[in-house]
Amino acid sequence: MRLLIKFAEAVEAPRFLDIEAAHVDGCLYLGRASLDFVERLVALNGRVRVPTTLNVGSVDLLHPELFRGDPQVGAAGKRLMQAHLALGCLPTFTCAPYQTKHRPRFGAQITWGESNAIVFANSVIGARTERYGDFIDLCCGLTGRAPEFGLHVEANRRARVLVEIASQPPEWDGAELTCVAVGHLVGRLGEGIAAISGLPAATSEDDLKALGAAAASSGAVALFHAIGLTPEAPTMEAAFGGDPPRRVVRFDADDLRAAARSLSTVEDGAPISAVTLGTPHFSLAEFERLLPLLEGEQPRADIWINTARETLATLRERGWEERLRAARVILVADTCVYATRLLPETPGAIMTNSGKCAYYAPGNLGRGVAFGSLAECVASARSGRVTRL
Amino acid sequence: MIAGVTLAPGVAEGAPLLLQEPLSFWGGLDPTSGLIIDRWHPQAGACIAGRVLLMPAGRGSSSGSASLAEAIRLGVGPAAILLLKRDAIVIVGALAAAELYGRFVPVVLVEAADWATLAAAGRLEVRAEAGGAVVALRP
Repeated sequence: MRLLIKFAEAVEAPRFLDIEAAHVDGCLYLGRASLDFVERLVALNGRVRVPTTLNVGSVDLLHPELFRGDPQVGAAGKRLMQAHLALGCLPTFTCAPYQTKHRPRFGAQITWGESNAIVFANSVIGARTERYGDFIDLCCGLTGRAPEFGLHVEANRRARVLVEIASQPPEWDGAELTCVAVGHLVGRLGEGIAAISGLPAATSEDDLKALGAAAASSGAVALFHAIGLTPEAPTMEAAFGGDPPRRVVRFDADDLRAAARSLSTVEDGAPISAVTLGTPHFSLAEFERLLPLLEGEQPRADIWINTARETLATLRERGWEERLRAARVILVADTCVYATRLLPETPGAIMTNSGKCAYYAPGNLGRGVAFGSLAECVASARSGRVTRL
Repeated sequence: MIAGVTLAPGVAEGAPLLLQEPLSFWGGLDPTSGLIIDRWHPQAGACIAGRVLLMPAGRGSSSGSASLAEAIRLGVGPAAILLLKRDAIVIVGALAAAELYGRFVPVVLVEAADWATLAAAGRLEVRAEAGGAVVALRP
């Protein structure tokens, strides 16, 4: 395909390599150009040659009644999702394909779109992908080939910058807030692959997911290493390939507090109209953490949670869906509240535990946003105001 | 005359707009107006339409390609883009708009040493062809 060859030339790839899987970011409707590209491929009888998962679309096909945007955009969004299925893509519609049965293996050569999925696949799993944008990810899925460049090549995956977490705010429980704050700061450094030392021992996969998503929002981060936590960085020496760091950056508790604070555009105590969780899509483990927090007083504000279809099906099997709905949780599949129009236009900010959502919501939705821990989000839903614990 | 590497072909002319920080075209740009909407960006509110954009590097979302292509389709995209790093997402957005709509927005890799001279010019004329690219400075 012409686009793929021109792209390979532009990134100076010496040859193409075979890929095991693709993840396509192009099914979110951004305008006519999205549709024109995919429908041209459908008209040419295109078919993907490797398992190709799909990122979020503009509408929740399982709960279409949730869509509040322009009906023409809704119809075009649905058409775009269906056009991708006509090419043989899988109806996953999730930005966290790595937490479904399509999780790639360590070392797999893949071509993934969606910035948070790219950074997770590279960093947390050790699969190999570059940052593939709309259009080119689909070209790779259709051909089963990718240009050999960048992070596909082992030598380019070593850390260059050492990020030392010297101290963390003692008032922060666990690793949740630390990881988002570190991610935000690493993204804003804007240079080279970082290896992070000093993350809490309790750091979970979902914390690393939040770190990567925040870093890939505030910067073009496609790979980070967390020393002792991620597979290509069992030791500092492994992370840097034996070379010394080119630069060392230290963050302390004050830096982390300031980073977390900078993600809020409204003051503590400000009224909120909704809590939004699941940017990237909420995992089963995250639902497991949330359920006990919901026990008690009924929230005054709705709690919107984006998740994958596969996770939603498991929630139903376990009987969790009813418990969640009873506590004012609105479950959204196939899309994300910050990327399309789902939230009602009631006054008040939105509150989230996602650095990524906090980064984009003011621009995308034109709303005030408050960032806090999962427990603070639930407490704020109860009080109807931004509540700190 | 400054030489560069062609990343996406085309010929264009416009006033330079130096981005003080990287910009994500998705979530950072309104593709229907060409306005920068990223509240974190120091140039939030500026319009990129018709400008020769000097971008040190890309940022953020991988949906930037479609957003850039859509802005080009609607005629509010940049006239040309000059980069210091090969940014896959920016290159693909320009290449796709050329394939789909025959609208060629040249993307050129230039040297960091030329950056300040380019940014200070009144207008820039960008000619990016298969063999290489040149940028001419105009008052």
